Amino acid sequence: MGEALHVENVEQALQNQEYAQALADLLFQLADDDFILAYRGSEWLGLAPHIEEDVAFSSMSQDMMGHAVMYYEMLEALGLGKADDIAQLRESAAFRNAILVERKNGEGEYNDNPHYDWAYAIVRSYVYGLHKQVRLEALQQSSYQPLALISRKMLTEHRYHLMHWQVWLKQLANSTPEARNRLEAAIAKVWQDAGELSDLGLNADNIARFGLIAGEDLLRQKWLNHTKKIFQNAGLSWPGEPGTAAIRGRAGEHTPELEQALATLSEVYRIDPAAGW
Amino acid sequence: MTRENVDGLSEQEAACWELLQDVKDPEIPVISMVEMGMIHKVRVESGVAHVEVLPTFVGCPALEIMKKNITEKLVEGEGIDEVQVRFVYDPQWTSDRIAVEARDKLRSFGIAPPPLGHKPGDEWEVACPYCNSPYTQLENLFGPAACRSILYCRHCKNPFEALKPIY
Repeated sequence: MGEALHVENVEQALQNQEYAQALADLLFQLADDDFILAYRGSEWLGLAPHIEEDVAFSSMSQDMMGHAVMYYEMLEALGLGKADDIAQLRESAAFRNAILVERKNGEGEYNDNPHYDWAYAIVRSYVYGLHKQVRLEALQQSSYQPLALISRKMLTEHRYHLMHWQVWLKQLANSTPEARNRLEAAIAKVWQDAGELSDLGLNADNIARFGLIAGEDLLRQKWLNHTKKIFQNAGLSWPGEPGTAAIRGRAGEHTPELEQALATLSEVYRIDPAAGW
Repeated sequence: MTRENVDGLSEQEAACWELLQDVKDPEIPVISMVEMGMIHKVRVESGVAHVEVLPTFVGCPALEIMKKNITEKLVEGEGIDEVQVRFVYDPQWTSDRIAVEARDKLRSFGIAPPPLGHKPGDEWEVACPYCNSPYTQLENLFGPAACRSILYCRHCKNPFEALKPIY
C-alpha cells in the first residue's frame, strides 16, 4: 500500500487531507525531538568537560537545530503557521517530542549552580543518535519526496555526531571504575525512557500506511539490534528491553521540565518576534 | 565545476556565473562558492536571476550571508533587476563537488581538502596542508565551522583544519 505512494511536493500532499495530517503528525515528532534535544545540548555551553568538547557539542546542537528548522519549514509549507511560531509559541501540550529528550541535564539550572550529568549527556545523545540514524535511513524511502531528500542530507552530517559519541562511550567504558559506574547509571536512566523513541504517536497507523516512514516495530528492531552491537563492542552489559515514561510525550503529555525549556528558549522571541534565531 | 546546461547558457546567465566567481565562501575567503560546488543552477528570466544553491550543512549559520552576498553581486549584472536565491537539496552537495584547482587554494589557506571519492566505511586519512606529512592526528571532529575538523601535524607541529568528507 505504502509502496505505491509517491508524493512529489506539498501541493500533492494537501490533496489528501488524511495524508497531510499524517505527514504533519510525523513532522512534529521529528522536529520537536531534534529541537528540544538541541536545546538541552546548547545548555552545556561553557560547562562541558573541556573547551574542545564545548565546540563539538555546540556544533552538533547547531546541526540538530538546523534539522529541526527544515522540519518546521515543511510544517509551514503545509499551512500550519510560521516556522518560528511553530517552534517557539506552542504550548507544551502541542509538542510531540519523546520524554527522553526533554529531561533536564542534571541538578541545578544553567545560571544557578549547574551540576549536570556528563555521562547522561553522552548516553542520551548517543542512544537518541542511533535511533535517529535508523529513522533517517527509513525516511529515505518516504512516500513524501521532500522528506526523503532532506533526510539523506541530514544523514551525511549525523554520521559525524555518532562518531563523536562513540569515542566518548568507548573511552568511559574502558576507563576508571568511577567512569564505568557513572556510565552504567546513565544507561539505566536513559533506558527508562528510551522505549518511546520509536513510538509514532496517535496517528501511527496512518503514518505507516501512507509509507511516510517504516512501522514502529521495524524501527524499534533495527535500532535495538544496532545499539546492542555497539554496547557489546564497548564491553557494556545489555540493559534489556527499554522502558517508557509514565506519560507519553508523543501524545502531548509532558513533564514540567519541558515547560522550563520552552520558557527559556522562547523568551527572546516572545519579547521580540522579529529577532532571528 | 558543476554548471548545469553549460551549452544552453544565455549570455546573461554566463555573465552571472562570471560574477559569482567573486562571491567567496564567507568562512573560507580564498575560495568562491562556485569553486565549492555550491552553485547548482543560474537561470535568468525577464530580468530576474534565479540561483539554486546547495548548502554544505543544513544548519550552517552562513547561509543567510551567502544569500545576501550572491544577491548583492548579481544585481551588478547588466539587465538584472532582481535576484532570487533558493537553497535546494537535490542534488546533494558532497565534498567531491569542490573543484580540483580549489583544493590547492584550501591547502594554501591551511585547510586540508576532503579526499575525493570517499565512501562510507573508508578511513579518513588527512595529510598536513603545510608539510604534506601523513603523520597527523585528529584533535576534534568539530571545529570553528560545522564543515571543518581540527587536527595537529606531529611532523611540522602545526595545528590545522580539515574539511570533513561529506558523501
